[in-house]
Amino acid sequence: MSSQTYHLDARRLLCPMPVIRTQDMISGLTEGDQVVVVCTDPGVLSDIPSWCRMHGHEVLSTTTRDREITITVLVRSTVR
Amino acid sequence: MPTSGSKQRKAVALISGGLDSMLAARVIQDQGIHVEGINFYTGFCVEGHTHAIREKDKNKQKRNNALWVAEQLGIKLHIIDVIEEYKDVVINPVHGYGQNLNPCLDCKIFMVNKAQAWAWMEQNQFDFIITGEVVGQRPKSQRKETMPIIARESGADDRLLRPLSAQNLPPTLPEREGWVDRDALFGFHGRNRKPQIQLAEKLGFTEYSQPAGGCCFLTDKAYSNKLADLWQFRGKRAYELDDIMLLKVGRHLRPKPHYKLIISREEGENHFLSGYRKQFISLETRSHYGPVALIDGHPLEQDLKSAAAIVARYSQGRDAARVTVDIRMLDGNSHSLEITPMPADQILDAWHV
Ligand code: SF4
Repeated sequence: MSSQTYHLDARRLLCPMPVIRTQDMISGLTEGDQVVVVCTDPGVLSDIPSWCRMHGHEVLSTTTRDREITITVLVRSTVR
Repeated sequence: MPTSGSKQRKAVALISGGLDSMLAARVIQDQGIHVEGINFYTGFCVEGHTHAIREKDKNKQKRNNALWVAEQLGIKLHIIDVIEEYKDVVINPVHGYGQNLNPCLDCKIFMVNKAQAWAWMEQNQFDFIITGEVVGQRPKSQRKETMPIIARESGADDRLLRPLSAQNLPPTLPEREGWVDRDALFGFHGRNRKPQIQLAEKLGFTEYSQPAGGCCFLTDKAYSNKLADLWQFRGKRAYELDDIMLLKVGRHLRPKPHYKLIISREEGENHFLSGYRKQFISLETRSHYGPVALIDGHPLEQDLKSAAAIVARYSQGRDAARVTVDIRMLDGNSHSLEITPMPADQILDAWHV
């Protein structure tokens, strides 16, 4: 099955909710999928990469425009 | 090192983000146990929220301490949203509250119970749970008598290990089975933090957080007062996530029993409160720079005038003869009021929640 890109709107959610939403979405995905998360809490700049590092996923890009932060995560593996 | 068979034992550690749970996890990792962390998000957790909102805190470090701790330990952290289930703990604590609206004993039981439900799951298969609890550290929840209550009522029983205080407590299953070496655990007790600080030094931890009051806003007096006020004036003990978020933001004034004003104190809070415009009647000064305010409750026509005068008082037009205040109603319609700012001495101390 080919990889897919999923979008997650985590605007106005305060940390750690954007991380929880990202974690919960990724738990149902497979290696190679991508998740594009849009957030407004700057805490995600530290928290989402941190969560990805410890679970083996990869942050492909982070962009900030006005008060919106967009982080793209590549799902590396769903093996616990 | 443990001597029992070759099976790799697994422990799930409750990670709050503070020093004690960090130490407890490391002590068990050092015994060759595979440790993963779990953290529960209740909505009341002291995290970077107010920093994330307030402009003046823009440069403060915004990170989730539990995630940071897990990275220092080199373990995975699973953050679980328990906002809905936790309501019952806050609203109906079987063991009552601490000094404020903190239901610490019920909270601990709840979290250990949740941790074990997660840990014993088919796909997880953990053997035991660890916490950073220390006997005698907290007057209500961390006493020698409460430790077995937490173990029993959570259902974790003797699969709940407190590595920092284990030697003050009966041996648990992981100790009896030799999965961990009890002699290499600790017998910390009481409120003295020195043993933890010394152990941190020994383990090479130079940076860690030590929240003074506790791990959540419910131990904070001012916050608890606002929550109690919310319950009293809504006539029921209930809340939604937005309610408890808003209690962390702005100044809260209750001029009348049937409505409360939440007034931003700076630019960051302006943005944050603006996000609630569809859920609350909102006010904003137009002729002068000023705060964004929300009205929680059911204001009457004349209340809107008072509310506008109060909001004008907190704007840069506080000394002006007239200030224009825009009022946006719940149906999305807006109107403006030309109003004289309320004199400072008419804003009663008793209104401040
Ligand atoms: S301080 Fe808050 S999070 Fe910590 S045990 Fe008490 S109620 Fe629970």
